[in-house]
Amino acid sequence: MSVELDVFVGNTTIMDKEVYQLWLNGYTVNDAVKVRIEGGVMEECEASAEVLLSDTMDQYRTFQMCERLLHHPAKLANQLLFQFHPQIPPDRQAMLIERYYAFDDSFVREVLGKKLSKGTKKDLDDVSTKTGITLKSCRRQFDNFKRVFKVVEELKGPLVENIRQHFLLPDQLARDYAAIVFFANNRFETGKKKLHYLTFQDFAFCAGQLINNWTLGAVDNIMDDMDVDLDKEFLQELKDLKILITDKDLLDQHKSLVCTALRGKTNVFNEMEANFKNLSRGLVNIAAKLINAKDVRDFFIDLVEKFIEPCRSDKWTSIDVNLYLTHYTNSAHILDTFKHHAVWTRYMGVIKSCILRMYHD
Amino acid sequence: MPGKLKAKIVAGRHLPIMDRASDLTDAFVEVKFGNTTFKTDVYPKSLNPQWNSEWFKFEVDDEDLQDEPLQITVLDHDTYSANDAIGKVYIDIDPLLCSEAATVISGWLPIYDTIHGIRGEINVLVKVDLFNDLNRFRQSSCGVKFFCTTSIPRCYRAVMVHGFVEELVVNEDPEYQWIDRIRTPRASNEARQRLIFLMSGELQRKIGLKVLEMGGNAVVGYLQCFDLEGESGLVVRAIGTACTLEKISSTLPATATHPSNSSPSKDMKEPGFGEEAPGVPLSSGPPTPLRAQTFSSFSPSKSYSRQSSSSDTELSLTPKTVGIFLFPSTPTLESESSPLPSAHLPRHLWPGMASRSTTPPPLRLSKSDTAILRKSVSFSEELLLAASGMGSGGSAGKEAGPLKALLRQQTQSALEQRRVSSSSEAFVRTGEYPFFPLTAFPPGFLLHVGGVVSARSVKLLDRIHNPDEPETRDAWWEEIRQEIKSHAKALGCQAVVGYSESTSICEEVCILSASGTAAILSSRFMQDGPLDTEHRLSRQPLCVFSTGSERVEGDMGSSASLGFEEVVSPGCGFCHIPYDELNIPFPAQLTYCYCCRRYKVPDVLFTTIDLPTEANVTGKGCLIQARLCRTKKKAQGEGNATVISNLLPFLEYELHTQLMNKLKLRGMNALFGLRIQISIGETMLLGLASATGVYLTALPSPGGIQIAGKTPSDITYEQHISNMQKKINDTIAKNKELYEINPPEVVEEIIGSPIPEPRQRSRLFRSQSESSDEVSELDLSHGKKDAFVLEIDDTDAVEDIHALLTDFPTPAGFYSCNTEIMPGIQNWTSAIQMFTSVRVFRLNASLTSQGLNKIFSDLCENLLKSLYFKLRSMVPCCLCHLNFTVAIPEDELIQVAVTAVAMSFDKEQLLENGKQSGEKTLIKAITENDEQLQFNLELNAETPSPNPLSSPKGLSEVGSHLSARALSVDYSSFADRCSSWIEQLKLKAHTIRRGSVKTTSSMEKASPLPEGRSRSLRSNRSYSGSSVAVVKMTPLSFIPGAKIIKYLGIINMFFIRETTSLREEGGVSGFLHTFIAEVFAMVRAHVAALGGNAVVSYSMKECVFMENPNKNQAQCLINVSGDAVIFVRESELESTSVQTQSATTHTSNGAEGT
Repeated sequence: MSVELDVFVGNTTIMDKEVYQLWLNGYTVNDAVKVRIEGGVMEECEASAEVLLSDTMDQYRTFQMCERLLHHPAKLANQLLFQFHPQIPPDRQAMLIERYYAFDDSFVREVLGKKLSKGTKKDLDDVSTKTGITLKSCRRQFDNFKRVFKVVEELKGPLVENIRQHFLLPDQLARDYAAIVFFANNRFETGKKKLHYLTFQDFAFCAGQLINNWTLGAVDNIMDDMDVDLDKEFLQELKDLKILITDKDLLDQHKSLVCTALRGKTNVFNEMEANFKNLSRGLVNIAAKLINAKDVRDFFIDLVEKFIEPCRSDKWTSIDVNLYLTHYTNSAHILDTFKHHAVWTRYMGVIKSCILRMYHD
Repeated sequence: MPGKLKAKIVAGRHLPIMDRASDLTDAFVEVKFGNTTFKTDVYPKSLNPQWNSEWFKFEVDDEDLQDEPLQITVLDHDTYSANDAIGKVYIDIDPLLCSEAATVISGWLPIYDTIHGIRGEINVLVKVDLFNDLNRFRQSSCGVKFFCTTSIPRCYRAVMVHGFVEELVVNEDPEYQWIDRIRTPRASNEARQRLIFLMSGELQRKIGLKVLEMGGNAVVGYLQCFDLEGESGLVVRAIGTACTLEKISSTLPATATHPSNSSPSKDMKEPGFGEEAPGVPLSSGPPTPLRAQTFSSFSPSKSYSRQSSSSDTELSLTPKTVGIFLFPSTPTLESESSPLPSAHLPRHLWPGMASRSTTPPPLRLSKSDTAILRKSVSFSEELLLAASGMGSGGSAGKEAGPLKALLRQQTQSALEQRRVSSSSEAFVRTGEYPFFPLTAFPPGFLLHVGGVVSARSVKLLDRIHNPDEPETRDAWWEEIRQEIKSHAKALGCQAVVGYSESTSICEEVCILSASGTAAILSSRFMQDGPLDTEHRLSRQPLCVFSTGSERVEGDMGSSASLGFEEVVSPGCGFCHIPYDELNIPFPAQLTYCYCCRRYKVPDVLFTTIDLPTEANVTGKGCLIQARLCRTKKKAQGEGNATVISNLLPFLEYELHTQLMNKLKLRGMNALFGLRIQISIGETMLLGLASATGVYLTALPSPGGIQIAGKTPSDITYEQHISNMQKKINDTIAKNKELYEINPPEVVEEIIGSPIPEPRQRSRLFRSQSESSDEVSELDLSHGKKDAFVLEIDDTDAVEDIHALLTDFPTPAGFYSCNTEIMPGIQNWTSAIQMFTSVRVFRLNASLTSQGLNKIFSDLCENLLKSLYFKLRSMVPCCLCHLNFTVAIPEDELIQVAVTAVAMSFDKEQLLENGKQSGEKTLIKAITENDEQLQFNLELNAETPSPNPLSSPKGLSEVGSHLSARALSVDYSSFADRCSSWIEQLKLKAHTIRRGSVKTTSSMEKASPLPEGRSRSLRSNRSYSGSSVAVVKMTPLSFIPGAKIIKYLGIINMFFIRETTSLREEGGVSGFLHTFIAEVFAMVRAHVAALGGNAVVSYSMKECVFMENPNKNQAQCLINVSGDAVIFVRESELESTSVQTQSATTHTSNGAEGT
């Protein structure tokens, strides 16, 4: 004796937020029922486990039917299959989409900067065991990344705006996706041990900086600009910054300017003075190498190795870092033989904000 | 060539990818009607094609317009191979054929494929131009309105109820034709879908013809069913009630012009019935102008279809209505028959009149009528006899010659006579049955209820040889209806209300069932207007008859002097027995009515109708179900039929006992909406009886349940029994508390019961006939034993009692019923949730009947529990119209499908500001609509009078009636009754207060604003762009907190879905879940395309599910129906009226949000 078929269909689709979350988290029906029982929903409504099972299965089916639409959220607005509660349709649909596209920071840290390929997808079970996130949920998140990537890859115009419009995501989530897409496209290395202390939000912030300042779309607002790739011309010009370290005079001049400005304003002045050439070399070398795709991938690891780690070992505070970078950037403009002011500003603006963001434990 | 159908294909969206290489589709559309096909251009490489085609025009007969659907096929163009079909859309254009329904179909409709489901949407525009057809021999019935609603639709009033209409059409089932072996499943499904579309169109057209012949213009309670008889064919049959309906807007000036007629009784009416005050026909002044006004409210381009239906037959609508109004003054009437008629006709046109002789008799009424009235009473006994003998086809032989003849003519309802005049009609049996599929009635229509009558017949199916002559199937139903009629007669009733028919088929055996409620109706609504002199004369006896039935009411005592009671059947009137108490058709315990104390009432009342709105009810109601499962031997053919026939009586008996016991257990005394479904399978029979139990104040309080042991020797046994007894008593007490059943303490005065010992009987009266036509009537009384003593003599009985007690109590905050309204709950909020739930249970062991019973009962209980859980967010809420259907799709499978609506209600909120809004609407009515400006000015001048007539005045009138009443009573019993009257008056006063509020709201409905609003609704919709309009669905005939301002036509859709990849689609549950959701989506889309925003009286009439998991296949057929409507939120009406008061130019903006 068994229930062979059991369905409930309402004219307005009933979706339980709690069950939706369980489904998104990749729980099996039985696990979800357990969680719900523990949540005390049974006492609340005099239900039995059987009723709960039936309800959970129904909800899961509804979500599965809905998933197809969630892949193209724009369709959700004018689809006919589900009728959401008449009073709050926009809220409800926004909630569905937002939660579907939400991801775990611990998961995204694992795949950030990796190629969104079948190969990576195959490795998801490792990610699942490592993060404790169910494989199903990992797959959903991975597929979301891939889907968004595929759609915006071909699109022109601002990346964040494209994502927001195509996937009806709230601003913050759209920015996060832009970061994911940007990282995946440029294959930034984020998995190295030295980078482990960085959170996804750190990277997302940096990605935002890069997108806003270093891509083609950042300089001119022409229609066919692309936000996904770095501005090649700019990268080319970055090579010109090498003069700051290759020209001995310029380097010394720069150092003295910065030291003059910093003197007496920080406790780590001596370390700054001692390290100036080293740090400057590091930053300028990063700039000069960015023209090579491979070195682009190492951008973050380079920042950490060449700048953040030395500073940290000298116990700079972030105020110190800020102070140093501000004067370091500004002083360059005063150098008489240095002419690449625009490139320098564009470069250092991003570098400064990235380093400040990344400068924590 | 009376019709031109025009279609335009605008665009498509969300199309599936048909070309894997490009991930795109080259779509084009074929538009087909009848044998004509048009094609659009191919719109290459797009999933969102913009065809923007020209108007495709089809010039066709209106007969075809009614029968055929417009078929739209979307295809993918393929240069090298055959074009691939993406899917189809069938559009029923019937709503466009009726002047008062929709005018255009426009919107996004899902493209449906029977294998893949919904595959994108298509935007189409469809219009119909109808030409006037004067051919009197035409076969079409355009213009007849169809309603699934089983009461008078909300924005109409019934001018006349003509009677029962039925029809059936048969055909071969394409699934069983030889060609099915060589065609694809898709082709086969589509052939079937199309055929059923055609058959329902044809059926509807034929019913419409009958209605026109009867002189009606609408079918209410239209119930269409399919019998999938397999090899032997496909039967589509329908029943309904033919009516003449009138848009309620025309009644407003009528009431207004004669304020003197607005009595408190009028205020008590429920607006929903579209019922009109009795004084209206009379007071409407010159009737012809009124008609003219009615017509003037239609747009000129549309009115012809209405006129065509009236002008080409002799039974024209316009003259008939006029005829009613003029009727009383026609002198020829008196000369023909006894002096009674002319005097009585006015009386039942305005039944309230007799009581208010102070009212100046308006217009043509002769001053002497009261005198003649009195005279009529002396005849009434004879007339009553005649009434009870009605329909017997000759047995009513006691009356005087002419009278008898006249009576018979009347009771056999209108069509019988019509038949004489229209000899071309092939189906002559129609008028014989005074059956009404309606379940709710205008107040005053239902006089008395006898009880449930039902009949079943087991038949062996044979192949239908000639589809054009469906004689066998007709004859079968004929038999059943005859039986029902004779049962009703035995209960002393002239009519059967809440009538329905159903079948259950297993292999070649078929059970036909019919059931209804025997009742006596007021003839006020049934009388037919004179169509010509001959008809008028023959129709005359109507009044004679009605006098008979009204005498009963008049004798109710209270009604004679309390004028309002006579109009609105008092809260107890319908409970009074219609049969002769000395000659009761079955043993029953009668007592004097606990309300009026004058008439006999039964102890328990079972009915198939909704609880009358005016009924006095104590506490709340609840769903009561009896469930039964019986094993049977496997057998073939005739043997099988015999086995089933033999089992049926036991099944019914047990269902009935269960119902009775459960009713007692809840401390209630009446069942409404009783529906007994019996389903047959290879090895078992299922019986499911659902009803809503209530405590009728007029009926005696039910006794408890006694348990008696047969072997009282054992002490532990005794203890066991007393424990059980205690449990039962506790449950009864708990239930009484739960359902708030605290009947007022009344002095017991059981007098004159023919059976002195306290035996309790039911009203269920039925029998079943076998294929041999043998009629065996079943006495449901339990022999000589007391029916309330449950004897525990074996384990079965213990099980029974356990089953009785294990019914899961509804969780806190939930109520449930299977009727339209829940007594005791009024403050509905606007939150409604219609749902369908289906469960299939597999029994994989050979079980005893007892075990099966338990499983079946648990299945239903668990389903209910699941529903409560699902809908927990709506608490406090009531599940209304819970409609269970059971089936045995194959051996060892039980399928239960439920469709219902959950409605939230507000415990605190009181009825408010109805009056206010009514006044506002009036102002709005004047300012807003140009078309009807003249009409409304007149209205404006006169309206104030009915409007301020709210509670205070109503009460004072009641008071005066009370004094009048007191004077007229015989003094011996005065003291006794005084208290109960006062109580009753309190009740009435309450009703009046409520009623007045509602009456004003009915005027809102009547205002022309809604028409304007509906237009704006439409235009707003198109502005709102991509977002999908919300379409509400409900199995009820109304939407809480909203007014239905327009009926757009009937929705009747049939879909087949098949899959060969069941697992991939999520198994059977996934498959069916998707399919039901798709059906909902398609219904909503079609309603929205008609311009509607809701479906009322929605029902899923068929859900046939078949699976073959081994082959990874499944198939499902679903048939749904309902009425597409436009509704407007009451609050929005309010807000708009405020707007319009300030600025007339800003009309109805609020409609968008609906």
